[in-house]
Amino acid sequence: MTATTESISTGTARASAIEIDHISKVFGEGTGAVTAIDGMSVSVRAREFVAIVGASGCGKSTLLSLVAGLAGPTTGTVDVGGHRVAMMFQESSLFPWLTIGGNIEVPMRVNGVPKARRRERVAELLDLVRLSGFARKRPHQLSGGMRQRVALARALAQDADVLLMDEPFGALDAMTRDILHDELERIWREKSLTIMFVTHNVREAVRLGDRVILLSSRPGRVIEEFAVEGERPRRIDSARIASQAAEITDRLKVEVSRHAG
Amino acid sequence: MPADPSVQDRQVQGLDALEMAPPRRSDRPAAVRVAARAWAATWPKLAAVAIVLVAWQAVVWSGWRPVYVLPGPDQVLPRLFTEVASAEFWEAFRVTMRRALTGFALALTVGVLLGLAVTRFRLLRVAIGSLITGLQTMPSIVWFPFAMLLYGISESAIMFVIVLGAAPSIAGGLTSGIDYVSPQLMRAGQAMGLRGVQRYTLLIVPAALPMFVSGLKQGWAFAWRSLMAGELLVIINQQNSIGWALSQARQFNDSEGLLAYVLIVLCVGIVIDVFFNWADRSIRRRWGVSAS
Repeated sequence: MTATTESISTGTARASAIEIDHISKVFGEGTGAVTAIDGMSVSVRAREFVAIVGASGCGKSTLLSLVAGLAGPTTGTVDVGGHRVAMMFQESSLFPWLTIGGNIEVPMRVNGVPKARRRERVAELLDLVRLSGFARKRPHQLSGGMRQRVALARALAQDADVLLMDEPFGALDAMTRDILHDELERIWREKSLTIMFVTHNVREAVRLGDRVILLSSRPGRVIEEFAVEGERPRRIDSARIASQAAEITDRLKVEVSRHAG
Repeated sequence: MPADPSVQDRQVQGLDALEMAPPRRSDRPAAVRVAARAWAATWPKLAAVAIVLVAWQAVVWSGWRPVYVLPGPDQVLPRLFTEVASAEFWEAFRVTMRRALTGFALALTVGVLLGLAVTRFRLLRVAIGSLITGLQTMPSIVWFPFAMLLYGISESAIMFVIVLGAAPSIAGGLTSGIDYVSPQLMRAGQAMGLRGVQRYTLLIVPAALPMFVSGLKQGWAFAWRSLMAGELLVIINQQNSIGWALSQARQFNDSEGLLAYVLIVLCVGIVIDVFFNWADRSIRRRWGVSAS
């Protein structure tokens, strides 16, 4: 009996990498209190690619920092079931005083990885993001797209299998973003990652996500979920993506209008 | 087809190649380029020195003051060279520089401890934050009468004033360096699990370095000024030093000696300034925030 229940519970724990259960997050107290997230539940399966879209004030960034454990929810629970979580931002946030290799080593230094092993890992990770030979360059010598790939390598250096991405390609030009979508998809598969990808760009969400979760604003709640069909890799300019993106955008516009006057 | 790995690889590499600046080519050999750059940096300085010497000589020739009060460069420069060749000068120079370095080291210790304390404890910042800024703008020479009461005519009095003059700038540089660490970098550090000592060694200290170096540079300027004022005011018996040599020269109406020592003080200031500028520039180059 007990053995069966245990195996079932570990079985479900393994299937879902992130379990967000009725969380809310309130900043401040009393009359000045702001509810950023209110009663949100999201479950992300292991190896799933979930895109999260919403207008301003939907608590997307707050949500990611709760999942990363950088802050605690006011109510509810976030369970990442022992997975290691790494985070990427819109700005690459590389340390300008370190080389590219040195930047990728930072999380390994935090984890106490010995020096020789760190060097090996840096070479592997740079190879993965196709930046071999750039270890001794400095962040300012690279383009924005290259810096984001270094940031991705640095996130993976944490040995994380859950990757939280906060508009990572928001500041890049369309061509670079397009190519980085292919790259991210490749690395997601190669490394069996679970990804929560926050974006303002609905097409980007449909291009990348297995599922697109639409959030309301002030406070953030889940409005609707959209399963994305279609063979990968998808083309961001395909008719199928355009029509599903239009559907989601319309729903988002209804939500935005609700906040008028 | 983006699915094909080799096609994807070529796309990424092509994009990177386009976004990187094309390699700069020059047909001139490296030695020539280094020499050209050195000359471009040197000649404006030489020209400035020449202009100052000509203007100085012109004032002397105008007969505004008799030559025994205002000697020209033709008298002062040879005097400067004989001074620099004498053992006495080097003894004075050694004493002064020892005081400068000891005083600066003391100010550094006090400044760093003070700066760290202020950034760590909110209450302390509220209490003494503006006091530090106030001390920074205060002419440190006003402390000398009090320092001489506290310590008598001694080196300790000079050190006391150097620390009061330089430590606030050093503390201020460190505090603003730490305060202005970009919040994005702090967030990235937090996400990577940087905590405790590592948060300081891997993130905050290197991030605060440029402003800290500016604080050091300003602190040095205050320390050097306080020291010169101190050596002129606090004349320690029989102790040779640059300040002492200046006041000796004045007492004997030795205007050539006076001007020679003024030039020496100026040169020391310039040399140290060049050092700090070099440190500042190399940090900026590494960070990629300089224009070149």
